[in-house]
Amino acid sequence: MSDPVKTDQPEVTTETVEVAPGEVVAQRSVDVRMSTARRVGIGVAIVLIGLVTVLGLGLSAGSGSTSFDLNAGDVGIQLPKVNVPGTVTVIVLGILIVLVGVWQLVRGLQGAALRWAGIAVALLFIIAFLTWAGSAGKQSVQIASLLQQTLLLATPLILGAMAGVMCEKTGVINVAIEGQMLFGAFAGALFGTIAGTWVGLVAAAVIGGVMGALLAVFSIRFLVNQVILGVVLNAFAIGLTGYLYGAVMAKDPTGTNTPATFSPIKIPVLGDIPVIGPLLFDQNIMVYLMYLIVAVIDIMLIRSRWGLRTRAVGEHPKAADTVGINVLRLRYQNVIIGGCIAGIAGAALTIGSVGQFNKGITSGQGFIALAALIFGRWTPRGALGAALFFGFATALQTALSLFQSLPVRIDSDLLAMLPYLATLFAVAGLVGRVRAPAADGEPYVKG
Amino acid sequence: MTPDLGKPDKDRPDLVKADKDRPDADTAQPMAPANQTLDQAADRPGIGTMLRSDHPFVVTVLAVISAMIVGAILIIASDGPTRQAIGYFFQAPLDTFNAAGWAVRDAYVALFEGSIYNPGGGQALAPLSETLVYATPLILAGLSVTLAFRAGLFNIGAQGQILMSAALAGYIGFAWHLPWAVHIIVAILGGVIGGAIWAAIAGALKARTGAHEVITTIMLNYIAVNFVNYLLGVTWFQAPPYNQAVSRTVEGNARFWPLFGADLRVNFSFILAIAATAFVWWLLKYGTFGFRVRAVGANQNASRTAGISVSSTYIWVMVLVGALSGLAGVAQILGSANNYQVTASVDAGVGFTAITVALLGRGTAWGTFWAGLLFGALTAGSGQLQVATTTPPDLVQVLQALVVLFIAAPGLIRLIFRLRRSDSSGSAVLAKGWNG
Repeated sequence: MSDPVKTDQPEVTTETVEVAPGEVVAQRSVDVRMSTARRVGIGVAIVLIGLVTVLGLGLSAGSGSTSFDLNAGDVGIQLPKVNVPGTVTVIVLGILIVLVGVWQLVRGLQGAALRWAGIAVALLFIIAFLTWAGSAGKQSVQIASLLQQTLLLATPLILGAMAGVMCEKTGVINVAIEGQMLFGAFAGALFGTIAGTWVGLVAAAVIGGVMGALLAVFSIRFLVNQVILGVVLNAFAIGLTGYLYGAVMAKDPTGTNTPATFSPIKIPVLGDIPVIGPLLFDQNIMVYLMYLIVAVIDIMLIRSRWGLRTRAVGEHPKAADTVGINVLRLRYQNVIIGGCIAGIAGAALTIGSVGQFNKGITSGQGFIALAALIFGRWTPRGALGAALFFGFATALQTALSLFQSLPVRIDSDLLAMLPYLATLFAVAGLVGRVRAPAADGEPYVKG
Repeated sequence: MTPDLGKPDKDRPDLVKADKDRPDADTAQPMAPANQTLDQAADRPGIGTMLRSDHPFVVTVLAVISAMIVGAILIIASDGPTRQAIGYFFQAPLDTFNAAGWAVRDAYVALFEGSIYNPGGGQALAPLSETLVYATPLILAGLSVTLAFRAGLFNIGAQGQILMSAALAGYIGFAWHLPWAVHIIVAILGGVIGGAIWAAIAGALKARTGAHEVITTIMLNYIAVNFVNYLLGVTWFQAPPYNQAVSRTVEGNARFWPLFGADLRVNFSFILAIAATAFVWWLLKYGTFGFRVRAVGANQNASRTAGISVSSTYIWVMVLVGALSGLAGVAQILGSANNYQVTASVDAGVGFTAITVALLGRGTAWGTFWAGLLFGALTAGSGQLQVATTTPPDLVQVLQALVVLFIAAPGLIRLIFRLRRSDSSGSAVLAKGWNG
């Protein structure tokens, strides 16, 4: 089963597929040649997406030309609207997708090249879809506001995914991101109301850290199965925040649940750049904090002593221990910091956004952050990209439901499925055999 | 903070060695008596020995007690009269204890009255009936999660499976017009198939591409929620006059019969839950397929070497898992739980609670059954809690999570109650990490 030669024999196609999950275990670090079935499967899927674009979108597109609006508002330097002919653009983009699919069928891309091909297909399809949506020619497609919404919606997801990176790189599975975010959101709203927004932010981080400590103690000290523990902690968080909401906030909403929110701060020079300025540098403090956290984790993980040690502990704790790294202390530390980040992610939902806390306000975003983490292959950059994708899909759904003149009406509930369907395809096709840090989820017992 | 565990005393090689053999050894208990207990238990297992060891039953009872103690602290902390009494604690300390005592007593009495027996209520059996109504889907979905656990799979997707099942069973229930008995059987089958297909997608993805089932089942949950939302907006599904997000009503022929008269809501679906429990118990104990499931769950590579097809086991176990969740969906839609109508919340959060039920049941069929009954009773009690006291009903969710947290960490319970370690404390629940 773990014999790599077998996977290349065409006559045992079914058996090749059969052994697929086994490869994950047996050949974690060996890069095997892609099986024929997988290569053809992915290739056919991409070609189909291309054909859907050409035939489905291209032929049903309106006769008008699509105009893209890149300006976020009426202030600052205004760029002219970009106008493209609807039908022709969609068909050209669709043909490009088909070409990528054919290339995959012939050459059998794998690894990084396949991921880039996947990203290219996704981008081409999105542009084609937006062109199609605006091709009736009545409304221009508001690219700038779409991207702005994307960033706002993605911020909690990105922070949540970073919490996951902190924990899982060091070898502790964190399924409890949802619960940590929920506590952060609650503490942010409560202390934000009582003592001011900044105190709320700190309280959110502290409470998230306490939840992280709970995860750490139970998984490291009491060796509880970490996946199970995460689910239980989520249930605990949902129950306790719900209880406290009923016992505290519902009785005195104005005194406990009306925090001020962070308002956008424009960064002097950078904020004046057309398009990217208002998008990236005229946001509230949560977004800047998110930039900072992503950058710090991304750099530190690769370039610092802490990062090297963290990765060593996550991959091979015994070896790390042998060279004198305190495995358990590093795990405690990283899991608690991860909890703090998840708490901040939760605060982004209350004091960073709408202000008020509601029961179950996270509504599964912690799980989406977890999916983004896996989707992004446990790297800060990958998780960032995946979280932005989720944010974009949600923003797109909202934008389209407001869009009056689609060539063909699409039900908003069906549109809402889009990000999840896309993840399902992507997880199955592109990153099916993900490789988590080798010791992820395995408690370390010295001896 | 840093545990003593992993820092064995270097001067005592016997301890170093012992720690190796006992991966989750806690330091509260010296080695010698624990070994002694083990030997004694093998010779003559007495009830007294059992009560002082970490036997599953003992741990469960202690976990429930611990959860109720933490719950009591929460009740006291949020109780208005108690907080007032604390204001003058040093003048009259007894007042504080009095108020706190009453708050805790009221809350737990309300839980009891809502779930087991209410002397002040009209129908004496109504609380028990409610308990069974809430327990039925929890047992069925709990069995689904349990079965998946035994194969080493983590089914977070019971919610989606229940929704798809309820949508399909509900559709058959209101749109098809079939004779008595036939209609309900067809509707049940429809629901079971709906749930089975939805879970099989995750199983097939796992088997064919290695996509982790935690991610795929979560995604399938969201897709199912949005799909049901979509259905609740189309004319052939939504109830006229099309202004509310509810489906048409299931016909009488496709409804479960009440077990004890029309006054009590408990219905035939509870019998289905008992039958399903017996089936899962039989499957895991005697069934060939059950053996395959347990083998794959215990060790994938060994199973493969022994000639078991791991991927087909994954797919078929997920079909069964989905069928069980499907039965939970059927119980929700064809029983009285949701007014015989499909809504976006027809799953009533059962999918997630089922995970905790399965954990409490320690991966066994009958354990899941009793855990489902306990959680059903708590859920039924939360209604009375809301009616009779000012304590928020969410308390019940906290209690449920705490019970499972204490169960999941037997080391913690051992530490708190100074229990001896026995060899019967294990749980059959298996959930693999991302690389599994």
